[in-house]
Amino acid sequence: MSSGSIPQTDGPATMRLEGVGVTLGDNQILRGINLNISAGQTLVVIGESGCGKSVFLKLLIGLVKATEGRILFQDQDLKLLSENRLMKLRLKYGYLFQSGALFDSLSVEENVAFPMRQQGIHSETSIRHRICESLEDVGLPPSLWTRMPSDLSGGQRKRVGLARALVMQPAIMLYDEPTTGLDPIMTGVINDLILKVARSRPVTSVVITHELRTLATVADRVLMLRPLPRLEPWEPQVAFEGTPSELRQCGLPVVRSFLGGHGIAEITAGSDSSTPDLTHQAEHSHE
Amino acid sequence: MLGAVETSGDFAVFVARVAFSLKRGVRWDVMGPLLVEIGFRSIGVVLFTGCFIGMVLAVQAHMQLAAYGAATRLGQMVNLSVIRELGPVLAATMLAGRVGGSISAEIATMRMSEQVDALACLGVSPIRYLAVPRFLACLILVPVLTVFANFMGILGGAIVATEIHGIEPYHYWQHASESVDLWDHLMGLIKAFFFGGSIGLISCYVGLNATGGARGVGIAATRAFVVSFLTIMVCDFFLGLFFARITPTMSRLLSGGGP
Repeated sequence: MSSGSIPQTDGPATMRLEGVGVTLGDNQILRGINLNISAGQTLVVIGESGCGKSVFLKLLIGLVKATEGRILFQDQDLKLLSENRLMKLRLKYGYLFQSGALFDSLSVEENVAFPMRQQGIHSETSIRHRICESLEDVGLPPSLWTRMPSDLSGGQRKRVGLARALVMQPAIMLYDEPTTGLDPIMTGVINDLILKVARSRPVTSVVITHELRTLATVADRVLMLRPLPRLEPWEPQVAFEGTPSELRQCGLPVVRSFLGGHGIAEITAGSDSSTPDLTHQAEHSHE
Repeated sequence: MLGAVETSGDFAVFVARVAFSLKRGVRWDVMGPLLVEIGFRSIGVVLFTGCFIGMVLAVQAHMQLAAYGAATRLGQMVNLSVIRELGPVLAATMLAGRVGGSISAEIATMRMSEQVDALACLGVSPIRYLAVPRFLACLILVPVLTVFANFMGILGGAIVATEIHGIEPYHYWQHASESVDLWDHLMGLIKAFFFGGSIGLISCYVGLNATGGARGVGIAATRAFVVSFLTIMVCDFFLGLFFARITPTMSRLLSGGGP
């Protein structure tokens, strides 16, 4: 592939990180990260606060630049792309922000329509159709579609954020702590949505979370990072990489200490039982 | 010192990115509402400021001129001062506070709530979508609003001169029209153009680089005003020096006198 061209993705995307490190100001946040994210896989990234999980997610979409190593999207090095080409490449990504990051001057419908209008889709019928499809997919009742973001609950905002991220049919979905600050019922709803998106669409997913229940529900693979300030220069930052079942059996003290007895139980319970559809339950609790 | 050099370099890169984005066309869908909103919301404060600049100037200048028996020259002094200097500077200062602070706070809030990152993630350049339309709106509106401020300044000065100081309106307007030429108007408008561009660029840059939550939004709004105001003053000085050199030539050229 020629350097600088936008890779074609008809299905889920693959990503590869080779010796990636990030230094912001005087602080090194990430160091020596090597990772393959396969097409259609759901990778869950866990770790203590301050270990660089959010920076890791922003690296994947080029919002933060790697100071060492390279990041490959479908074998295309993000560093070699011009700003303009990177903007175009980002259309292949969906990003659910921790806060939803909805545009507060636009209504729910306008937020979901925003990416389509920006990419030159002018047919109102087509826009309308895709708004309805996306908002129905995330289970947001039509009575909320004309509301402003400030009139929505945290869970509803995240669902609108997810609808906006999915409307351009991304090849890779990035979720930044999707369940943080939500009650247990809404956490279940968002977990189910992530799972539904991963199963029903040709998409690769990367989920940053503190919630072991989210890990148990959605993960195909798990990456655990450790905060660099606590590590000696020779210690690797990646404490664990593997499947959820390998995580359960992992005997490393740092992993056992992070998960704790309760965490192990949650992973076991989550992966052994099918996750109930809590969408309707949550609707009633929030209306 | 190192921080100041770093910020200057970063600002220069930002200005280059705005200039580069201009080549890709203007987002009129974003800029149209901005022009209406910024222009309409600022017109009252600019008219009020302009009127009082002229009135205060007339009161102060009358004291000086009357001592030399040249009170009828008041129109010349008030109008030249308003058109060349005070109209553009004070209108721009008002707009740096009124519009610059608002632009900076709005973009800073978007930065804190990850809306700026969300734009980038949706394939929309924050520079092209947020900074370019606001920069152009300031570039266009500050000269336009300066014309309004000048008009009100001239009117305010004339009212004080004729109604309070009792100067004959014929003499007042006679001296005023003899002394103000097209180049004086152009000087004021060129200054306003530079001031407007500075306000737009500084406010967007400060907003996009804001950090620190709600306190950061307040700091960004204040910083945008202070830096814009200082830039207006410095810019005014250097433009004044430059205009002083070229004024004889320009006046001759514009009055049809040839080079």
